[in-house]
Amino acid sequence: MTDILMPALSPTMEEGTLAKWHVKVGDKVSSGDIIAEIETDKATMEVEAVDEGVIEALLVAEGTEEVKVNSVIARLAGEGGAVAPAAPQPAAAADPNPQPASRAEAKGDPVRAAAAATSAASTLKDPDLPEGVNLVKVTLRDALRDAMAEEMRRDPDVFLMGEEVAQYQGAYKVSRGLLDEFGPKRVIDTPITEHGFAGIAVGAAMAGLKPIVEFMTFNFAMQAIDHIINSAAKTLYMSGGQIKCSIVFRGPNGAAARVGAQHSQDYGAWYAHVPGLKVLAPYDSADAKGMLKAAIRDPNPVVFLEHEMLYGQEFEVPEGIDWVVPIGKAKIRRVGTDVTLVAYSRMVGFCLQAAEKLAEEGIEAEVVDLRTLRPMDIGTVIESIKKTNRVVTVEEGWGPMGVGAEISAKAVELAFDYLDAPPARVHQEDVPLPYAANLELLSMPSIDRIVAAVKAVTYR
Amino acid sequence: MARGTTGTAGRRKANGAEATVKKAGPSTTKDELLKYYREMLLIRRFEERAGQLYGMGLIGGFCHLYIGQEAIAVGCQAAKRPGDQMITSYRDHGHMLVCGMDPKEVMAELTGRSGGSSRGKGGSMHMFSTEAAFYGGHGIVGAQVSLGTGLAFANAYRGDGKVAFAYYGDGAANQGQVYESFNMAQVWNLPVIYCIENNEYAMGTAIDRSSSETKLYKRGISFNIPGEEVDGMDVLAVKEAAERACAHCRAGNGPYILELKTYRYRGHSMSDPAKYRTREEVDEVRKTRDPIDFVEELLEKNGWADEGALKAIDAEVKKIVAEAAEFARTSPEPDPAELYTDVYTVAVEGVPA
Ligand SMILES: Cc1ncc(C[n+]2csc(CCOP(=O)(O)OP(=O)(O)O)c2C)c(N)n1
Ligand SMILES: [Mg+2]
Repeated sequence: MTDILMPALSPTMEEGTLAKWHVKVGDKVSSGDIIAEIETDKATMEVEAVDEGVIEALLVAEGTEEVKVNSVIARLAGEGGAVAPAAPQPAAAADPNPQPASRAEAKGDPVRAAAAATSAASTLKDPDLPEGVNLVKVTLRDALRDAMAEEMRRDPDVFLMGEEVAQYQGAYKVSRGLLDEFGPKRVIDTPITEHGFAGIAVGAAMAGLKPIVEFMTFNFAMQAIDHIINSAAKTLYMSGGQIKCSIVFRGPNGAAARVGAQHSQDYGAWYAHVPGLKVLAPYDSADAKGMLKAAIRDPNPVVFLEHEMLYGQEFEVPEGIDWVVPIGKAKIRRVGTDVTLVAYSRMVGFCLQAAEKLAEEGIEAEVVDLRTLRPMDIGTVIESIKKTNRVVTVEEGWGPMGVGAEISAKAVELAFDYLDAPPARVHQEDVPLPYAANLELLSMPSIDRIVAAVKAVTYR
Repeated sequence: MARGTTGTAGRRKANGAEATVKKAGPSTTKDELLKYYREMLLIRRFEERAGQLYGMGLIGGFCHLYIGQEAIAVGCQAAKRPGDQMITSYRDHGHMLVCGMDPKEVMAELTGRSGGSSRGKGGSMHMFSTEAAFYGGHGIVGAQVSLGTGLAFANAYRGDGKVAFAYYGDGAANQGQVYESFNMAQVWNLPVIYCIENNEYAMGTAIDRSSSETKLYKRGISFNIPGEEVDGMDVLAVKEAAERACAHCRAGNGPYILELKTYRYRGHSMSDPAKYRTREEVDEVRKTRDPIDFVEELLEKNGWADEGALKAIDAEVKKIVAEAAEFARTSPEPDPAELYTDVYTVAVEGVPA
């Protein structure tokens, strides 16, 4: 006799609804047969038998809600007495609530989850926000989609191409709904040929169109980096200003959870190295939306770095206005007097979280969100350093030749006399990202590491 | 597992297969079939268990299962000689198992433990074995095609008579480096077999939405590389085609293309809700083209069906997989010091060895 247990659709799932039984008592099932359908607020999944035998009892009635993961839902009479958690299988049927495409969102380690939970807490209002405007909570994913939709409505030359952007609605569901609204002429599924389609998009941009190229992740943009740098970034210069290239290369960048060395890296420093490119890396939904709109309108090639682990997070976005955030302006996210924390993208949330911890110990950190890596708003960073006399940079990428290295150099060049401690850098360990959970955690920047770096520069 | 008994090999049409499909010949034995049955069943049960461990949170990130495609890894393996190399994508668990790797090591790599084949540092997508000349486990779609051609380059350079098998998907077949590799492989006469595992989908993209020529075995024509379409659900057909390809390569004729028509039963990875195809489509393949059922049917047709022998294999495989799962659950996480090892093979100044 074998117990069939309620399976988890994701490691964070604790309970779900047993929506439907596909078998009844007495049915013979084989491994792989669909036996039930379970639902969570995010997804519907089919449950497969993983053993063969005859259904002896169904212990949970159809429609029962809040069935705990790993509770016994049915019994199978057959050989072997092992306990068999049923295997969840994505349902083929249409599911009105798309599950988060991102594993990282659902999963993540405790530190990341904690950072995520409070990351929106101490965001200061954008100084450019008009009085009286209504703010609504929008996920980063939807803010990006809204930005593309608004710009595509505004300008018929704007179109989106990339892998799975149309019919599949985006590998991470960022382009959800765009195919329906704009049709296949403007929302284009490509084959898996990054070098080729990036080149085609750059060529189309040279001819005056305004492509948005989605890379499923920036890891795959490495196939296309030649066109991004050699073709898109340099042609204006080489042509003596004749050939313009208004194009946006966008997609998730940086760490994702447990996907190993080839699928998890931060390209901020790589692209920020290149003259001719603008490089944007927003943290919250308002910036994601406003900066993507600015990027699409910008007549230059823009590399727009998003973050998979932020896609599902909600932040406030101004409603009902043409919200465009200027490129090249940093934003002070938290005012402080004792140390300047400089970060971009997801690490901004880590810094805000670290700042709260530090405040408990009487250290007031100022958090500067770079937002744009190139052209960098070094003025805002230096002004802050002049006030706090200390700087800690935080990035997900490797340290050597990194964004923090650049800021440290600028701090020394422009604020040498103001520094009370050498600049400190927090970044990924200098190794390819390991898969093992414990090693991955050790290799990534953490709130504790930021706190430790601040203590080092404040001699506490 | 459904035991198909009514079908005959005759109705098993590879979808869209043309006259180029070489049907399995009669030359097989009971022992051979039982061997394939065991190898394919091991992959299937292993993958089902991996799916479970994923659901329990023991496996993280991406996890791409090989269920449905077992006959390809098994059939090609049967044609290989010791020393022949292979290389594939992230969908690599099955290939690891057929080349004789310990299922415990493979499963422990999926859970990221020190007992894993990469000591937990690679994960599901990045498994390797120098012992078995298995060069991985690659996450960048198409990369393994050039790398596999490079393995063949080394074989030609040394003149050691080895053949390299480069496996890739129908989606990967569109990457530019595939064609750059084709050209050089033919110009330089490299002993490489391009094994295209055409499971009809690249993530959510059906092949006819991404490819101007969907008959992928024809993709070598303008490079003068011979290609054939093979029923990838028929392990004997796969083996025989792979033998022809090997003979071609070993005779010094350069590369060869096998388009192996198959199907993946599960989502692209564990987080794919697979809305781009119907349940019926999947069920139809499972019912009519399943590679394991096919071997069972052949055993029956030849009067070799021996309930006892099959039962014994089922039980043995079950035990192996259970032990692998237990090992993968209990093997400790890697030592924290492992974070800094293997970045370079020799210590470099300033980098911990
Ligand atoms: C260069 C690159 N682009 C995109 C991806 C994301 N991706 C991973 S698998 C995949 C689909 C590949 O399909 P196919 O080659 O048919 O292999 P299958 O998964 O069917 O085995 C995509 C788009 C990637 N890993 N690498
Ligand atoms: Mg495929």
